[in-house]
Amino acid sequence: MSVFLDDKSTVIVQGITGRDGSFHAKQMMEYGTKIVAGVTPGKGGQKFEGTVPIFNTVADAMAATNANTTVIYVPPMFAADAILEAADAGVKLIVAITEGVPVLDMTRVYPFVKEKGARLIGPNCPGLITPGKSKVGIIPGRICTPGSIGVVSRSGTLTYEVVYQLTRAGLGQSTCVGIGGDPINGTNFIDCLAAFEADPQTKAVAMMGEIGGTDEQEAAEFVKQHMKKPVVGFIAGQTAPPGRRMGHAGAIISGSSGTAAEKIQSFEAAGMGVAKRPMDFVELLKARM
Amino acid sequence: MNIHEYQAKDILRNEGVPIPPGEVASTPEQVEAIAKQYGGTVVVKAQVHAGGRGKAGGVKLAKNPAEAKEIAKSILALHIKGLPVLKVLVTPAADIAAEAYVGIILDRASKKPVFMVSPAGGIDIEEVAAKTPEKILKLPIDTRYGLQPYQASRLGFFLFDDVKKVRAAAKIMMQLYSAFMKSGCSLAEINPLVTTPAGDVVALDAKMVIDDNELDRLPAIAAMRDESAEESSEVMARNANLTFIKLDGDVGCVVNGAGLAMATMDLVKYYGGEPANFLDIGGSSNPEKVVNALKIITADKNVKAILFNIFGGITRTDDVANGIVTATKQSPLQVPIVIRLTGTNEEIAMKILQENGFSASSDMDEAVKKAVELAKGGKAA
Repeated sequence: MSVFLDDKSTVIVQGITGRDGSFHAKQMMEYGTKIVAGVTPGKGGQKFEGTVPIFNTVADAMAATNANTTVIYVPPMFAADAILEAADAGVKLIVAITEGVPVLDMTRVYPFVKEKGARLIGPNCPGLITPGKSKVGIIPGRICTPGSIGVVSRSGTLTYEVVYQLTRAGLGQSTCVGIGGDPINGTNFIDCLAAFEADPQTKAVAMMGEIGGTDEQEAAEFVKQHMKKPVVGFIAGQTAPPGRRMGHAGAIISGSSGTAAEKIQSFEAAGMGVAKRPMDFVELLKARM
Repeated sequence: MNIHEYQAKDILRNEGVPIPPGEVASTPEQVEAIAKQYGGTVVVKAQVHAGGRGKAGGVKLAKNPAEAKEIAKSILALHIKGLPVLKVLVTPAADIAAEAYVGIILDRASKKPVFMVSPAGGIDIEEVAAKTPEKILKLPIDTRYGLQPYQASRLGFFLFDDVKKVRAAAKIMMQLYSAFMKSGCSLAEINPLVTTPAGDVVALDAKMVIDDNELDRLPAIAAMRDESAEESSEVMARNANLTFIKLDGDVGCVVNGAGLAMATMDLVKYYGGEPANFLDIGGSSNPEKVVNALKIITADKNVKAILFNIFGGITRTDDVANGIVTATKQSPLQVPIVIRLTGTNEEIAMKILQENGFSASSDMDEAVKKAVELAKGGKAA
């Protein structure tokens, strides 16, 4: 078992002929991901790498393949439309890698995806990987190994850093999910924690958060209330200067300024392990399993 | 992106928001002339991308043109939160009966723009929120439908009892929302929204923050960027497609990815050092980005050691190695450098570095420790 993604997942690549889309489509195919279709408007009828059929629309791709997953590599100004198109065509798992999507676009996209009953991961995320089975996105496959640690993170390269150390220490992963660092994203920590708690393969969870917002505090509360499996957390940005991102109204609206100290405190209050450095995950997880 | 008060007011005026006239000046003489033209008491307001302008002495009343000139001279000599005041806005002083607060903020939790209004406007809206939260009304807006007239009216009734003022305020809510959406804002504030003794409702101050991701499709808004009002190293970084924030420490950090960059800064601090900056070279790096990153870091005279921390995924570590070699050939380093590289093309990168006399490790913890030690040694020498 694993969460969100396994060896049966069938995947569409939106933007498969673009620079990033084509590069990562090849990488995913090499990893063993079942890429069943590509979408590039105007290139319908062609084939990618001689094997993967390309369609003009996601609706066409779905009619031909009935895939359950799509991954989006289109430029930022077209990303919202690509997500809406995928949700409308009935794709159940939508992974948006694109960085730089206007946040106001996401205010329209998020409720639409919810109403369609689809799950969106991202945007501005590295995607997810179930080691040994399938990867959707850009997480380097060779740093991962199959195992029982669930990994969820708001960042890309920091996730790689931690996963790499887990792998070197012999702690394999059930699934690694990069939920993305944008203010509005489709899947949050709680969604992933709930999935890991329900997944028989997962025995413990490593969670990497960042300053800003209250997602981590809510996740800590969820751990306290609903989780039996051990969770170890880390917060990046303990030394970041306050107030560089958003004016005071942001802090007021959430009733909190989203500082690292506050988040770490909520982890401690929930009985979670707190990694002071990325390298502390290995010890803390081992001690709890 | 931050824009100035006068620019935000221009945007709101275009939407029809009632705002008293104002003119921008950059010399005391210009301010004197503008004050003469308006006659009576004027307000001189620093145009700078920093909060707390009033408390820093950047907003002052002047009773006559001569006083306006003197006040302008002092305000234009100010630095507020490290940023020089290069422009002031001159506007006729308004008669104020009451001050309210109106703002829209993109809220992570509700994943919507949220209106926030309070009849207790003025300087310390944070304090109002903390001490008397019942004096603030928050209303999330579904952007698929936009702000509806009944919602605008509800916001208006929260601020005023008099129906005429409520209608005026509701109209301003609609105009502010329209400006917020059209300008790609993450924040738009009118504080204060005042009522005059004559019963008019008028916006006296305006603040807007634009989502950087919007700028590609909003060229008119993007053109409002005032580079002279920003930290020069941050301007240089942005033009080189790097994300950079200057800090006060002495360990210069070059990292790929925001999360890893923050974690690297944290680790510097953990080992007793102080990061000189946040610098994210981003995903698909090319050698030129690294050259620019090194230029920006070495321009900071506080930097005593440079730390590279690269985890290659999309980023190819050989690109980074080539960038380091090119940059240091162009201008040899005056401070020690510690390089940590791992991931995509690591073997090629290590070879390039060794051939050019650099040593590198693949362990983050070790590299950070070493950089902190070197920075401290540099201080003592």
